[in-house]
Amino acid sequence: MIELTINGTVQQLDVDPDMPLLWAIRDVVGLTGTKYGCGIAQCGACTVHLDGQSVRACVTPVSAVAGKSITTIEGLDTIVGTTVQETWEKLDVVQCGYCQSGQIMSAVALLSKNPQPSDEDINAAMAGNICRCHTYVRIRAAVKEASQALHPGRSQS
Amino acid sequence: MSRDDTMLPGRRRFLVATVTAGAGLTLGMCLGGCSREDKESAQAGPGKTGNRIISDAAFEPNAFVRITPDDRVTVIVKHLEMGQGTYTGIATLVAEELDAGWSQVDVEGAPADAARYNNLFWGKLQGTGGSTAIANSYEQMRKAGAAARAMLVAAAAKQWRVPPEEITVRDGVLRHAAKGIQASFGELAELAAQQPVPEDVFLKEPGEFRLIGTRVARKDSRAKVDGTAVFTQDMKLPGMLTALVAHPPRFGARVRSFDAVAARAVAGVHDVVEIPSGVAVLGKDFWSASKGRDALQVDWDESAAFMSGSDELMAQYQALADKPGKVARSEGDVSAALGSAAKTLRTSIAFPYLAHAALEPMNCVMQRSEGGVEIWNGEQYQTPDQNAVAKVFGIGPEKVKINMLYAGGSFGRRANPASDYVLETAHIVKAIGGKAPVKLVWTREDDMRAGYYRPMYYHRLEAGLDADGNPVAWQHRIVGQSIIADTAFEGALVKDGVDVTSVEGAANMPYAIPNIHVDLHSPQVPVPVQWWRSVGSTHTAFAVETFIDRLAAAAGRDPLALRRALLQDHPRHLGVMELAAENAGWGTPMAAGRGRGIAVHESFNTYVAQVAEVTVHDNKRFTVDRVVIAVDCGVAVNPDVIRAQMEGGMGFGLSAALSSALTLDAGRVVQSNFHDYLVVRLDQMPRVEVHIVKSAQPPTGVGEPATPVIAPAVANALSNATGQHFDRLPLTLSA
Repeated sequence: MIELTINGTVQQLDVDPDMPLLWAIRDVVGLTGTKYGCGIAQCGACTVHLDGQSVRACVTPVSAVAGKSITTIEGLDTIVGTTVQETWEKLDVVQCGYCQSGQIMSAVALLSKNPQPSDEDINAAMAGNICRCHTYVRIRAAVKEASQALHPGRSQS
Repeated sequence: MSRDDTMLPGRRRFLVATVTAGAGLTLGMCLGGCSREDKESAQAGPGKTGNRIISDAAFEPNAFVRITPDDRVTVIVKHLEMGQGTYTGIATLVAEELDAGWSQVDVEGAPADAARYNNLFWGKLQGTGGSTAIANSYEQMRKAGAAARAMLVAAAAKQWRVPPEEITVRDGVLRHAAKGIQASFGELAELAAQQPVPEDVFLKEPGEFRLIGTRVARKDSRAKVDGTAVFTQDMKLPGMLTALVAHPPRFGARVRSFDAVAARAVAGVHDVVEIPSGVAVLGKDFWSASKGRDALQVDWDESAAFMSGSDELMAQYQALADKPGKVARSEGDVSAALGSAAKTLRTSIAFPYLAHAALEPMNCVMQRSEGGVEIWNGEQYQTPDQNAVAKVFGIGPEKVKINMLYAGGSFGRRANPASDYVLETAHIVKAIGGKAPVKLVWTREDDMRAGYYRPMYYHRLEAGLDADGNPVAWQHRIVGQSIIADTAFEGALVKDGVDVTSVEGAANMPYAIPNIHVDLHSPQVPVPVQWWRSVGSTHTAFAVETFIDRLAAAAGRDPLALRRALLQDHPRHLGVMELAAENAGWGTPMAAGRGRGIAVHESFNTYVAQVAEVTVHDNKRFTVDRVVIAVDCGVAVNPDVIRAQMEGGMGFGLSAALSSALTLDAGRVVQSNFHDYLVVRLDQMPRVEVHIVKSAQPPTGVGEPATPVIAPAVANALSNATGQHFDRLPLTLSA
């Protein structure tokens, strides 16, 4: 039995300790906003927060996060989280939408640590998330606009 | 896919209103006159998807619009939302003529039923593709909205005892100004349903549009930013098993035998079954099925397998290009014109296989239902999939109910002429005797290696210039597999041995050159191929647009000026080209090591020009810094969705221009995942500007036409910066 916290709820999971966190979240806990895209930490669709840090759930064994606290797209309730989601919606960033949970989780992790990221910071933080619809122009714009919305009055880098 | 617009809907059309148990108005359209008897029989034909099951007590599914007493307007969309924005665009068409408020509009995916939800450009076939969704629906959906509006007005006129022409409608509210009365759609829905269905309706003039041509918010944004949007991958049914399939390592190989003892011993594995495409392992969840598949031992019979590699295939294609092919276009006398030309140029170009690599790998959920089958899928190709699945179970296609979910991308892949992954799911369900619902999940590796690629192509071009530098001869030979051969479209799209999708963009090349010859070889190769976003244009646009730049360079002319001279009879090409060039600052100086290139191309009746700016670093690496796009797609239904498709469609083509290639080595697919099948990431995405030509022409599609234009624009920009020319994709600079 592995115990961990997902979106503030303690979960007791009777699973293979090697099961990637992604499948524990999706198939066992039943939260499906976190997506499978590659299984080898190449696409970022499975991005979740582990104690506030972005991690790729598809290559994180569930045993490695025992006792830890996980946040998924369904549990984004910080001001940064909701601001990023609202900005994504305002700019109509999404197309097919499949990667966007992961994009948003990466953007929230970035802005939580670095409230006013430069273009290079955005590139570095977001290049691990593939979007096959190539919505990158709007992702970049939304990260900047969310940063502005969170810190009005400060100049944009 | 077919873009035959000769099948545009006729104007004669009846609308059928039906009221059912609850209060509310449901409107559907019926081809031809629909008496009650006709309607019953229409519902019984192929494509009917279990009306009894789909409909709840209140409504019939034979409808495009539904209005309920709570003032919600539901638009039933017959096309797949795979990112291109069709749920938003089609709902806009209905809401415009209905005069609904945008915020009261909801969208619902239509069931599979070709009798009602066919693609009007494809005859009796329901499906999404070829950038046809808005184009084929433009009049149909507006009429659906207009008819609903007319019936609401009739209801208000009756209730208020006023002439209908004195009633105005706006944002879901009907008003009679003189009497000072008003009512909402919801309040009038029940009475509206009892009004006679108008036999014909008046549609707005473009000057009266309030939603069409403005930016309205996407209908799918919220669900896609909070994780609640349901994709096939997210489906869970009671007792459902997850299936992974061991596919053959080479195309054409088959199962000789397999040993499932170890696989069955994995905790959570329920079953292991052989199916025509391999061996399926079924588990209680993904992880158990995956571990089970890893433990499975399969002995493959490769006696009939395809064992060649990409290099050998390309060598065969090059040899084929020495011989004349099937003629796709012939004007004047190219041989003579080349013989007498003052200057001739030759080039050849090699294009690799490409995977669609939608971020949601292929998957499908299916279960046996009472006398039939029910499917949940990002469903792009309803009618062929219904027919294929029906055959597996020996049932009528009308017994195959399909629930159309969001697709996590497709780029053509989910409209598979062989219904490959859907059929695979059906075979698994059948093999386990229908005892449980099955979710087929392909891993990324399965998705990359199980086939259905943009074909590999080889092009050879030769052109002649006269003494004044005017192009006088153009010869273009294409070698590559036919996508259309052996599909349901073969009769319509293979003409005199020429697959029109292999030569589109080349055979109709727009430049005014007096002697033109285009021909085609379609070698048969057992590598499964399929349309890939913008189909033939993915390769022909590159060949034509880079070679035109070569001719301009050889003639000492500006590439824009030469195109302008040769496009005088093509005003829409000219229009987008000038718009893009002007906004890009064409002709202004560039710093050393930088370059600018232009390309213009029509596909699916939409015209796109792009100007790319590149920077070459250390003579070996380059970046694409800025892309200016101009598009003419007729009436711009939703300018922001058009911009999104231009940005994203261009980016999709940029991936192929910069890095994507799928190769075979001794019959095995070399690439397996995103570490070796490279695609553009955020740090490689250029700045993008989109300019839309104002137009009153009927709207044409925007999902695909931006894709083929970027590779030639970038190549031309690199030529401009370095003087190098490019004979293959993806693009690489020589040292």
